[in-house]
Amino acid sequence: MNSQMRFAVALALAVASPAWAQSMDMRDMPGMSMPHSHDDHANPADHAKHEDTHAGDAATQPSAQDSITHNHMSMDHAGHDMSSMSTQALPPNNHVAPPPPQYVVHDMTPSQMTELMQMDDAAPTGMVLVDRLERSRSTSGDYATSWEAEGWWGTPINRLWLKTEGERGSTGTQDGRVDVLWSHAWTSFWDWQLGARQDFGQGPKRQWAAMGVQGLAPYWFETQATFYVGEQGRTALRLESSYDMLFTQRLILTPKLELNFYGKDDLQRAIASGLSELEAGLQLRYEFSRKFAPYIGVNWTRRWGSHGDVPDAPEVHALETTWVAGVRLWF
Amino acid sequence: MSKQEPRGFQLPRRRFVQGLALGGVAAGLGLWRGNAFAQMAAPRAELRGDHFELEIGELPVDFTGRKRIATVVNGQLPAPLLRWRQGDTVTLRVRNRLSVPSSIHWHGIVLPADMDGVPGLSFDGIPPGGEYVYRFTVNQSGTYWYHSHSRFQEQTGLYGPIVIEPRDGERHTVDRDYVVLLNDWTDADPETIYTNLKKQSDYYNYGQRTVGDFLRDAGRDGISKALADRQMWNQMRMNPTDLADVSAATYTYLVNGQTPVGNWTGLFSAGDKVRLRFINGAAMTFFDVRIPGLKMTVVAADGQAIEPVTVDEFRIGTAETYDVIVEPSADRAWTIFAQSMDRTGYARATLAPRTGMSSEVPPLDPRPLLSMGDMMGAMDHGGMSHGMGHDMPGIPMEHAHAAPDLKTGPEVDMRVTTPRNKLDDPGVGLRDNGRRVLTYADLHAVDAPISPRVDREITLRLTGNMERYLWSFDAKRASQAEPLRLRHGEHVRVTLVNDTMMTHPIHLHGMWSELESPEGHFQARKHTVVVQPAQRISYRVSADAPGRWAYHCHLLFHMEAGMFREVVVA
Repeated sequence: MNSQMRFAVALALAVASPAWAQSMDMRDMPGMSMPHSHDDHANPADHAKHEDTHAGDAATQPSAQDSITHNHMSMDHAGHDMSSMSTQALPPNNHVAPPPPQYVVHDMTPSQMTELMQMDDAAPTGMVLVDRLERSRSTSGDYATSWEAEGWWGTPINRLWLKTEGERGSTGTQDGRVDVLWSHAWTSFWDWQLGARQDFGQGPKRQWAAMGVQGLAPYWFETQATFYVGEQGRTALRLESSYDMLFTQRLILTPKLELNFYGKDDLQRAIASGLSELEAGLQLRYEFSRKFAPYIGVNWTRRWGSHGDVPDAPEVHALETTWVAGVRLWF
Repeated sequence: MSKQEPRGFQLPRRRFVQGLALGGVAAGLGLWRGNAFAQMAAPRAELRGDHFELEIGELPVDFTGRKRIATVVNGQLPAPLLRWRQGDTVTLRVRNRLSVPSSIHWHGIVLPADMDGVPGLSFDGIPPGGEYVYRFTVNQSGTYWYHSHSRFQEQTGLYGPIVIEPRDGERHTVDRDYVVLLNDWTDADPETIYTNLKKQSDYYNYGQRTVGDFLRDAGRDGISKALADRQMWNQMRMNPTDLADVSAATYTYLVNGQTPVGNWTGLFSAGDKVRLRFINGAAMTFFDVRIPGLKMTVVAADGQAIEPVTVDEFRIGTAETYDVIVEPSADRAWTIFAQSMDRTGYARATLAPRTGMSSEVPPLDPRPLLSMGDMMGAMDHGGMSHGMGHDMPGIPMEHAHAAPDLKTGPEVDMRVTTPRNKLDDPGVGLRDNGRRVLTYADLHAVDAPISPRVDREITLRLTGNMERYLWSFDAKRASQAEPLRLRHGEHVRVTLVNDTMMTHPIHLHGMWSELESPEGHFQARKHTVVVQPAQRISYRVSADAPGRWAYHCHLLFHMEAGMFREVVVA
């Protein structure tokens, strides 16, 4: 058990490490300032050369530009762009500066302006994704219906998330959960999330406080890692990652891995401490459209845990293979 | 590596929607619920003079076999061609018969700030049932265009050409003169396209790399090379196929309101000199334009005369205009072929001696892939870790010290620490294609710049987060940013550094953007400057237009997603 827990922590760190790396990059973010003005870069000599005539510009050496460009660029091929025209004076242009406006737009609040411009880059949006809605058949012949869905609503930075997952078999709902989370954009590819989780289905209904990260790990792994703290000193960690492999633009194979760790046994919910559940799956979907894709798949579930301390009670499903068919959709 | 064969089980090359032969406005005429004016308007309306009556309304159209409602002017899609004369004071009364507010912006025209047509900055917009009278003196000449600056009305059809006749006559005399207005039409509601991108930013990208591509590359180049190539992109969560946010998966590309099948045709007699005034009025599409068999002499960019330069092909960013002169010498038809930059579709038209003639339409070029240079800029040191200030593990931390303001974050998914500054790169998909392709290095104005000096330097970084579909200047979306303030009368050098993987057409209202070479020499006067990925580009701005102005990426959904700033000249 201890080794499993250590494994869990190591995995959690591995998953979160890119996020930490980003957070270090981010430390000065709020202080970013713009524009960068470099008034002093404009070389007086440059002015003098230019002021005599409009037409003289193309022939002069803009030392102001040089001083800037040297910072990051190699000034290879100096004079490369000098064409025939740049060595002779150009005739004057016929530009006429416009007069000032007669009408000045009245003062308004940012929200009034947003409304008038009909342009709102912070407008809230929402999405509902039913990632799995499927019927499954285990190798032992049991049928079940399971789901995994999430929805979010909010601005680009702050969003309310709802996630639910569960399975309903012949004996009713087993092993369901729903998470309600506040999600905050944290780095380029990662959000942190805070909230609560409610378990339902067989056994007592557990409540947890939730804290995690969700995002896109390097190599395009959609990843979630959530740490939970419950009553009676219970703790749990849930890790989930998936990857889309395109066979064609529409036929997509998604390997998935989900691990659930618990801090202590919960016999009534058939949960063992340490790595309690490992689920690996393959989902092959065909996107008739981005928003509608039926799929088939196979899942391997390994659970550790037993009902009670009765020595002869059977281990709960050491390894279970289920075949699934379902639909993925979003709107 | 910058090119790739058609991949996966991709749709056959021509299977994008090419539209109806008799589609467009013709299908909807008669149902125009504006006034009787539209009934008598010719299909290719052009209005000239100094007084114009324009009426914004709705019109049922059918480009693809599905009837949709377009936003139009005087019952026309595109809106009527406006012919002005340099020196005239024009009056344009614009009535709005929509049920929502509207506006018209005169793109590239130097005019007083209250005539610029940006709701919230220039004026209050035109309310439903209301009108606004624009009145200003036209001091420039050349090819321009106008479009709505309200929400997504530009995507649904509110755009039209402007041709301003020079006071002293055209610099190049021609026998025929045509506007070639390029657009992207969609049957989908642009609101839906925008929210789709917000939820899944690669929603319209059906050209992504597949397992099959990997196997083919591995077979051709070896597994380690194929893996190494993918490792870079995948580690950084960047997509080398990300050439256009919206593709022919939903777009049908139009020339003068005609689908590729509809085949707009410009007539000539053998030996004629023909001026084609190309305008990219698309919402989200870059076009690569050529006329197989004919050389094109580019004589103006963004309405401003340039030293003539003869090319086989040019890329036109959204909102840019190019005037070209062609001389079809034989009694045969030529195809004007404008493929989208992502090679998912094309707009097509024909030059022919007689109506009904057509010529072969070339196949789309292979889909290109973004190159390392598009991601990292100048790679003088070779190694990948030198080019980027990306937040991936493995990038040495000293980058953060070297460039303290180059952070990534929710608004920014990548940084380019060593941008490339050359203007002679035609851009992804056009490099080394065997044709002479126009680049910004070819643009040389025929007259002197407006700005004789530089009083101040301003650097702005074009930033974004593709996964979150957020776009910004300097990591601040419009809603988070203070206006950019310019002193009236000062001359500033604006340097744009593109920290994204996308090509952005940046448009400053009210004042010219005088493009410079990397050495600081004046190249050409533009109203829209295309900045390639990982490129650094500079231009001078004479802050001689007092007032409040818009400054933004002219990809419509990038502007909506935050790549917009207010510029105040006072």
